[in-house]
Amino acid sequence: MPLLEIRQLSKHFFHLSALSHVSLSVEPGELLGLIGPNGSGKTTLFNCVTGVLRPSRGHVFYQGEDITKLTADAVYHRGISRTFQLIQLFPEMTVLENLLMAAQERTGTLFTRLLRRDETEETDRALKLVEYLGLSGVKDNLAANLSYGQQKLLDFGMALMPDPQVILLDEPMAGVNPTMIKALVTHIQDLNARGYTFVVIEHNMEVVMSLCRRIVVLSQGEKIAEGTPAEIHDNADVMDAYFGS
Amino acid sequence: MRGWRALGLLGGGAILLLFPLFLEQYKLYLASLTLVYLILAIGLNLTLGYAGQISLAHAGFMSFGSYAVAILGPLGVPFEGGIIVGTAIAFLWGLVLGFPALKVKHHYLAMVTLGFNIIVFLVLRNWESLTGGSFGISGIGRPHWGPLRFLSDRAYYYYILGWATLVVASAYWILHSRWGRAFRAIRENEMRAEVVGVSLRNYKLMAFAIGSAYAGIGGALFAPLLTYIDPGAFTLDRSIQFLMMVVMGGLGRFEGPFIGAVVVTLLPELLRASEGFYLIIFSLAVILMMLFMPKGLVAAWDWMVCRLTRRTVSPAHPPPPPEPAAVLEPE
Repeated sequence: MPLLEIRQLSKHFFHLSALSHVSLSVEPGELLGLIGPNGSGKTTLFNCVTGVLRPSRGHVFYQGEDITKLTADAVYHRGISRTFQLIQLFPEMTVLENLLMAAQERTGTLFTRLLRRDETEETDRALKLVEYLGLSGVKDNLAANLSYGQQKLLDFGMALMPDPQVILLDEPMAGVNPTMIKALVTHIQDLNARGYTFVVIEHNMEVVMSLCRRIVVLSQGEKIAEGTPAEIHDNADVMDAYFGS
Repeated sequence: MRGWRALGLLGGGAILLLFPLFLEQYKLYLASLTLVYLILAIGLNLTLGYAGQISLAHAGFMSFGSYAVAILGPLGVPFEGGIIVGTAIAFLWGLVLGFPALKVKHHYLAMVTLGFNIIVFLVLRNWESLTGGSFGISGIGRPHWGPLRFLSDRAYYYYILGWATLVVASAYWILHSRWGRAFRAIRENEMRAEVVGVSLRNYKLMAFAIGSAYAGIGGALFAPLLTYIDPGAFTLDRSIQFLMMVVMGGLGRFEGPFIGAVVVTLLPELLRASEGFYLIIFSLAVILMMLFMPKGLVAAWDWMVCRLTRRTVSPAHPPPPPEPAAVLEPE
């Protein structure tokens, strides 16, 4: 059974169709690439899966459960986390607080969150993550004061913090320099080897081709191709979508 | 830093305990009123400052506390019983009003809460059998514990001080828990908060209900201070006054309501010497403060603390870190 399954998903904004009848599935432990020209509906797809947007039609299944109508917080509790193309952080919180915030709702109930004060376990985890991502030097800085690349890494760290099963990365490499890209690729591969499932939206073809074993291509809200990097590379429709015929 | 804080707490506590001994009646009344407003401002700061949910119904919630003690007192209910009932009613109505807050934001929410305040006012004015209508209720009794009576203005000041301490401590406790962090997360980036699992419904309802409950406590202490209440005390004007305290003090800062309550209550009094001009001067001061200190007077406080502790920057705003070699700006 696929871990995450998207069936005939459509999303309209008034009469504009952002996604139409997109179906795809993600197997446990997979590292799936999602590519397509700008405006092809990749981020909209992520938004529909994570409950940020309500799809107009179709279904999203997670471990066999229909999660189409769940709110974003409920999707998070199922074990799906994500990053954002346009970085979304809590700017007036420190790096450490941002990470703690990303994990605090994962366990307990509303009332234990008021009563339970101990946070050593979470702090330990956050500190390890900060080190893993090379943000130790800025862990007490406000998120707003980080550089773009650091914010991108923090966003990535926040997705990892709750120990999810599936991580949706929305252009994690955009605006990040080549050295950092290498580090990020290593991190993703490393985490994937440890059992985390990834879906990655990425424009950097070199990265996608080397990182993912399977790639789905969207164009104008429709799925136009799916296959191994080699198959995608040779697909005429894909070339067409990107460069026009 | 911890030493300074302890010293400040001790000093502040000593002043609050001792200075009423030397105050005449009217000044004592102002000091008590400031404490009551502090409680109310702390409530609104929790809802608006921390969780980012605007409420223009704070005076309405306050009235639940005031009328609860005014109505229940003559029926033989102990004063604290009245406070509990008033606070519970305010909490429950806060929950009810929290629901529209899930659907609308910003000025739309301001309109919804404003409407609620007007409804409360109209109910208070027209439900004569219960509230005495526009004549209000007079002769509101002050609390007593057996032989210990808080009848004099001075004794009642200490009674209010006790509740204010309780409210400050409980607000500190709530805001320094995971709830406080979740409230801030909602204020700073609602969508991101929801994506990291924050139930907007639960937290917004709680922020509204707790803020309103504090208004209930403040209202309950307010009524015996004046010994007389009427619906005119709980109009939109007063809600706006609380809004002003919170905004002028510094939204979302724990110290904010302290500064705001003191300034908004005492500044008009200090300006009374200018006779007819004092409202104009006060309003002008508010406008100037908002123009030049949009973060509230707490910003001036930060600056002072920095000078005192000889630090060049505030801990809340450290300078941006040096760029690590590995990170570049976006293309």
